[in-house]
Amino acid sequence: MKLKTDIDQEESRAPESEKAREVKKPESIEAIGAEVKVNIDGMDVKVHYGSTILEAAKQVGINISTLCYHEDLKIAGVCRICVVEVEGDRTLQAACAYPITRPINVKTYSPKVRRARRHILDLLLSTHYGQCYTCKRNGNCELQKLAEEYGVDLFRFGQVKEPKYDIDDSSYSLVRDMNKCILCRRCIRTCVNLQEVGVLNVYGRGKDTRLCTFMDRPIADVICINCGQCLNRCPTAAITAQDPTDEVWADIDNPEKHVVIQTAPAPRACMGECFDIGPGQAVTFEMNTALRRVGFDKVFDTNFAADLTIIEEGTELLLRLKKALVDKDMSIALPQFTSCSPGWIKFIEHFYPEYIPNVSTAKSPQQMFGALIKTFYAKLHNIDPSKIVSIALMPCSAKKFECNRPEMRSSGFKDVDYGLTTRELSKMIKESGVDLPKLPKSDFDDPFGTATGSGVIFGVTGGVMEAAIRTVLELVTGKKVESIYEHGEIVPVRGFEGVRYAELKISEIGDVPEIVKHLFKDWKWLKGAILKVGICHGTANARRVMENIKAGGQFSQCHFIEFMACPGGCLGGGGQPIPTSPSIRAARAKAIYSEDRAYSIRKSHENPAVNRIYKEFLTDGPGGEISHQLLHTHYTKRGKYIT
Amino acid sequence: MTNLNKRNKLSFDSIKPDSGLKIALEKSRPDVIAIIRDSGLKGRGGAGFPTGVKWNLAAAIKAEDKYVICNADEGEPGTFKDQLILRDYTDLVFEGMTIGGYAIGATKGFVYLRGEYKFLLEHLNDVIEHRRQQNLLGKNILKTDFEFDIEIRQGSGAYICGEETALIESLEGHRGEPRNRPPFPVDTGFQNKPSIVNNVETLTWAACIISKGSDWFKSKGTEKSPGLKLLSVSGDCEKPGVYEFPFGITVGELMKKVGGENAKAVQVGGASGHCVPPSEFDRKIAFEDLSTGGSVIVFGKDRDLLLAVKNFLEFFCEESCGQCTPCREGNKKLLEGVELLIEGKCSSAKLREMMSLGSTMQIASKCGLGQSSPNAFLSVIKHFKSEILGRIGSPV
Repeated sequence: MKLKTDIDQEESRAPESEKAREVKKPESIEAIGAEVKVNIDGMDVKVHYGSTILEAAKQVGINISTLCYHEDLKIAGVCRICVVEVEGDRTLQAACAYPITRPINVKTYSPKVRRARRHILDLLLSTHYGQCYTCKRNGNCELQKLAEEYGVDLFRFGQVKEPKYDIDDSSYSLVRDMNKCILCRRCIRTCVNLQEVGVLNVYGRGKDTRLCTFMDRPIADVICINCGQCLNRCPTAAITAQDPTDEVWADIDNPEKHVVIQTAPAPRACMGECFDIGPGQAVTFEMNTALRRVGFDKVFDTNFAADLTIIEEGTELLLRLKKALVDKDMSIALPQFTSCSPGWIKFIEHFYPEYIPNVSTAKSPQQMFGALIKTFYAKLHNIDPSKIVSIALMPCSAKKFECNRPEMRSSGFKDVDYGLTTRELSKMIKESGVDLPKLPKSDFDDPFGTATGSGVIFGVTGGVMEAAIRTVLELVTGKKVESIYEHGEIVPVRGFEGVRYAELKISEIGDVPEIVKHLFKDWKWLKGAILKVGICHGTANARRVMENIKAGGQFSQCHFIEFMACPGGCLGGGGQPIPTSPSIRAARAKAIYSEDRAYSIRKSHENPAVNRIYKEFLTDGPGGEISHQLLHTHYTKRGKYIT
Repeated sequence: MTNLNKRNKLSFDSIKPDSGLKIALEKSRPDVIAIIRDSGLKGRGGAGFPTGVKWNLAAAIKAEDKYVICNADEGEPGTFKDQLILRDYTDLVFEGMTIGGYAIGATKGFVYLRGEYKFLLEHLNDVIEHRRQQNLLGKNILKTDFEFDIEIRQGSGAYICGEETALIESLEGHRGEPRNRPPFPVDTGFQNKPSIVNNVETLTWAACIISKGSDWFKSKGTEKSPGLKLLSVSGDCEKPGVYEFPFGITVGELMKKVGGENAKAVQVGGASGHCVPPSEFDRKIAFEDLSTGGSVIVFGKDRDLLLAVKNFLEFFCEESCGQCTPCREGNKKLLEGVELLIEGKCSSAKLREMMSLGSTMQIASKCGLGQSSPNAFLSVIKHFKSEILGRIGSPV
C-alpha cells in the first residue's frame, strides 16, 4: 500500500502549479473570506483569495499573453508582456504575479495596456537575433507567435543583424545560442528551482545582463545533467537539443548501411502532438508505418529491452537482498537505485558519487538494445555489425549523451549511434511528406517484436517500479499478480506526487522458476518479508530522497527506489514535444496506461522474445557472464567540481 | 568630501542622546506607533510612504521573527546626506532603529551599508559595541524586557539594492533584484518575515519625534509633507553641501541660499528625478510637488542638458538589474535616441517614439528604478523643447 513519506510533500518539489497556492492572510485585516469578487473588463468573477489576475482572466475567457510565465515554474514577473491596468494603481501590474486579495477592477485591454505591450514586444524583438527561417523553433516559438498575434509589421526599435555570441555546442545533448535569448529566465528557474541542478544563472547587470553557466564555461564542462527540461521551457530557440537528423538522413540514403531504429514507449504517446493530435492519443502503430516509409530498414520496440532490464535489474535486486539478508554481507549496497534515466545517472555521478554502488549495474533499455542489435541481431541475420546504424527514438536529450559514453561499446562498436528525439523524428516524418495520422497501422519487426505492458509503462513515473514488482512478485510467489492486484495494476506506486513510498508484503512463496534457478535455491528467506519501495521524479525530488537516505530516514530503509530525472518521468522528457505542462503530462500518462491495458502480455518475464534470447544467446541466464558483458555497465564518480 | 559640509545647523544637534528611546520604552508599542503616525513622518528615501502606517502594518502581523532594516544604500547620484548622518549622528540612527524594533516587536535590525561606504564600517561597529556596553542594545535594554541587536551588512555597489525588495534579496545573499509587489516587506520581507525597511534619515527623524513629540515635528513643513528634510546640494552653485530645510521650500529659495540663482536648470531627485527649469523655480520641494530623497543637482548656464541626460541614461543602462524588459531594453533605446539627438541625427518621429517609450517605461517597469529612469529625459524634452527641437535632424 501507498504510505505517507517522511519527506514533507510541501518540501517535495512538485511543479509550482501542482502546489496549492497559499498567500498569507494578514490577521489584522478582517477576514475577506475564501473568495474575492473581481471585475475584469466589465465582467464580474469570483476567485479564490490569492489567485492571480492571469488565472482570474482565464475564468472569464480572456487569455492574457505571457512569456516569462510557465505553469511549472516560480513566478518571475519579468517580461512584463502580461501587464494590465488595476484601477487605482499608478502603474500597470503583471497579471501573472499579482495576487488578488481584495475586490479590484482590472482592464486587460485598455489603450495604455496595448501600447505598453507593443512597446515591450518591440523591445524584445530588437534584442532577439530572429532568423526565423533557419531556426529550430520555427513555427513553435512563443516570441514569433506573439509577433504574429500582435500584428508586428516593423522593427520599431531596430533588429539584431549580426550574432553577438558564439554558439555553444560543446555538449552531446544541448546547444546554447544566446543570440536568441530574451532573458525570460525560464531556463534558470527550471534548472535552479524545478530541477535543483543549478547550472544556469544570470550574469551581469543592466545592458550587460546575460545568461551564463558557472564561470561561463561551455555546457559540456559544467555539471549539467542533460535533462533538457530547460529547452522544453525555453520560449525561443536559445536552448535546443543537438540534432543529428542530417547524419541519420545520410545513413538512410547510403545503400551500404543497414539502418535500424528502436523506439521508446514515451514518444509514441506524444508524437501525435507534433501532428496536431492532442496529447493523450498514442500513435504507436501508425508511427511504425511512417518509420518504414521514411526509410528505416527495421523498426524495433525498445519495450523489449525494457522487459530485459526488468529481468536483469529484478534479478540483481533479489541477489542483493539475498546477500544482505541471508549471507549477512554488510558490503551490499541497499536500497538499489534504478538506472534507466540517464539524467538521473549523471545527477548522482555529480552530486552523490558516494552512492554509485547503490545504482543497479543494469544498462538502460536503450543501451541494452544497442548492444544486442550489433551482436545477437547481427549474427541472426548475418549482417556485418559495422554496417549497422543503430538509432534510438527517445523522449530524452540525455540519451544523446548516454550513447556517447565511452563505456557504451560492448558490441565492439558504438552500441547506439544516434539518439533522436520525438521532435526530431517528427520533423523527418514531415519532411518525407508522410501524413502520420492517416497511415495504416503496422507492427514492430522481429525478432524483438512482441513487447509487454510492463515495457510500455517505463515511460511514466512509477512505471519501472510497477513493472519490476509485477515480475518480482510472480517470480517469488509463483502466483499471478492479478490475484494480488486488480488487473495486475500496482496502484500504490502510481501517481504524480513528487515522492512516493509503498510497502508490499510477500505473504506466500512459491517454487523458484526456471529462469533464475541457477541463482536461488528457494525463496524461504523472503516469506513474510515486507518489500519497501520508493519512487520519485524530477531531480529536485531525487535530492530530497538522497538527503533523506543520508540522514538515515525512511528511504534509507527501502529496498528499491525508482528515480526519474524529469518531472512526470520520460513522458515529460527533454526530447518531447514543446510545450509541456502538468495537464499535458497527465494526458500523456493516461495514454501510456491505457496502452498497457491493451497488451495481452503485461509482464516482462512472460515476454517470449525475452525468454528466447536467454535460451539462444544469453545462455548463462540473467546476471550471467554474457549478460554482464553486454547488458551491464559501470559509472563514473564525477563530483561537483570539474577541473 | 567638500560637499559633506554642514551648511546650516541641523535639528539633530538639539536632541538629548537616547531620550527618545527612554520615552518609547516607557510607552506601549501601539502608543509609539501612534506618535509616529500622528507626526505624519514620510519615508525620507524619496518614495514618501507614511512611516507610521508601515510600522503599524508590520506590528499587526503575528510572527516570531520580525526585522528592522535600515536602508543605508545611499546610491542616488547627488545624495550624500545619509553618509553625513551615519558619520556624525550614528547613535541617533541606531536609536531610531531600536525604537522601530520596539514598536513592531522585532529583536533584530540590519544596516544595509552601501558598498562604497566601507570606510564607515569600523566606526559603525564601534558605536554598536559601545551601545551594547551601555545596555542600549542587547538583552534587557534599559532594564526592560526588550531585546534588540543590530548587525551591519554591506552592499557591493549595486544602485538597485536601494530598492527595498532588492535590498532584502541582497541581504539574504541572493542577487539583488526587486521582487514582485505585493506581497510587501511589511508582511513578507527578510526571510519572508515581516520587515520594515526605512531610510537612514527616516529612522533618525523617528528618534527625534519620540524625543520631542509629534507636534514639534508637525509645526514645520507643509500639511502633506510635515517636518524637515536634509538636502544634498551639488553642482554649479557657490555653496554645495548638506542643508536642512522645512518641506515646502521652493527651488528658487533654495537656489538663493546655495548661490545658484543663475542656474539653467535644477535636477531634483537625482538621476531618477525631474529637471526643473527656471520658469518653475516657484515649485516646492515636498512629496506633493517635487519629491526627492535629498538630491539636488544644479546645472549652470553653460551646461548641455542633453549631455546630462545622456550621463543619467548611461547610469541606468549600467545599473538596471536586468530583470524586466522595459527597463533593461528601454533605457538602452532611450540612450541611443539621446545620442542621435546630440549628433543631430534624430528625426522628430523618432523623438516622439522615444517619448512614448519613456511613458511606457514609467508604468510598465517592475520597480521604481525603471519607472523613474525616463523622468530626466522626459522632463528635459518637456521643459527645454525649443533647445531640443533645434537639434532635430534627419535620420541617417
